[in-house]
Amino acid sequence: MSDPRAERLAALIDSVPYIRFLGMRADLAGDEMTAILPFAEHLVGNTLMPALHGGVLGAFLEMTAICQLGVREPQRRLPRTIDVTIEYLRPGRARTTFARAEVVKLGRRVANVHVEAWQEARASPVAALRGHFMLGPAT
Amino acid sequence: MAEPPEQSLTLAELGARMAQSTPQSAALGFRLVSVEPGLATMAMDYKPELVGDPETGVVAGGVVTTLLDHVCGLAVSSRLLSEGQFTRVATLDLRIDYMRAAEPGKAILGRAHCYKLGHAIAFVRAAAFDVDEEDPVATAQAAFSIIPTEAIAP
Repeated sequence: MSDPRAERLAALIDSVPYIRFLGMRADLAGDEMTAILPFAEHLVGNTLMPALHGGVLGAFLEMTAICQLGVREPQRRLPRTIDVTIEYLRPGRARTTFARAEVVKLGRRVANVHVEAWQEARASPVAALRGHFMLGPAT
Repeated sequence: MAEPPEQSLTLAELGARMAQSTPQSAALGFRLVSVEPGLATMAMDYKPELVGDPETGVVAGGVVTTLLDHVCGLAVSSRLLSEGQFTRVATLDLRIDYMRAAEPGKAILGRAHCYKLGHAIAFVRAAAFDVDEEDPVATAQAAFSIIPTEAIAP
């Protein structure tokens, strides 16, 4: 693996304990990443439906933004979250969830990122996030 | 999304149930600290498997998001219960500002206040802190949808 972006992503997925706790994975096509969250029982927030916990969806969206920034700027330390706004659009059902992040603005210190998560169809998102992230220093 | 409480439920029972009854809140180890109508506090201990940055040992922001979403839900449900309403609630939106990193090794508390309960929507403010409530890790503002009982599928 000689692509620094793919190496960075693999290192993140391997080394961040909370990514393993969620069971999150990611595929990379060039610089575009698709994050994948397979359904797991411990992610459920409503046993009646059952549905994913809203916090889990928010966490998955935020981690997708962080990983996408890591892929975009592989030579920097991990970004820190400044703020996020999470919109809940549909219940997250007991199936695999996908997410893609768009880096709307990459400044010198701060990035603005939009993320959308979906299940069966990308056109029917289950949740969306807009956030600002403080970029890490170069390593 | 929280399930509708049944009519005989007390506030303390609602709080204890919400802290541990969902698989995700149990996996994160949420526990009830206190609950009164519209005001709820929950806590969770530091766990190495929840770290978001292995270089600093700081818990992932997403964990704080989940704690705040959960305790906001309890603040709404407790206010509904105290007013004799037995309905389900769902998060519409959640805005979180992260002030600083949580101290590695320290428990995190989340405190939420449902300051406005309308017919369809509830508004909540919340904060997460570790050592000092005046020096929060994160603050949150949320809107919850109150789902009419007749809309709940059997």
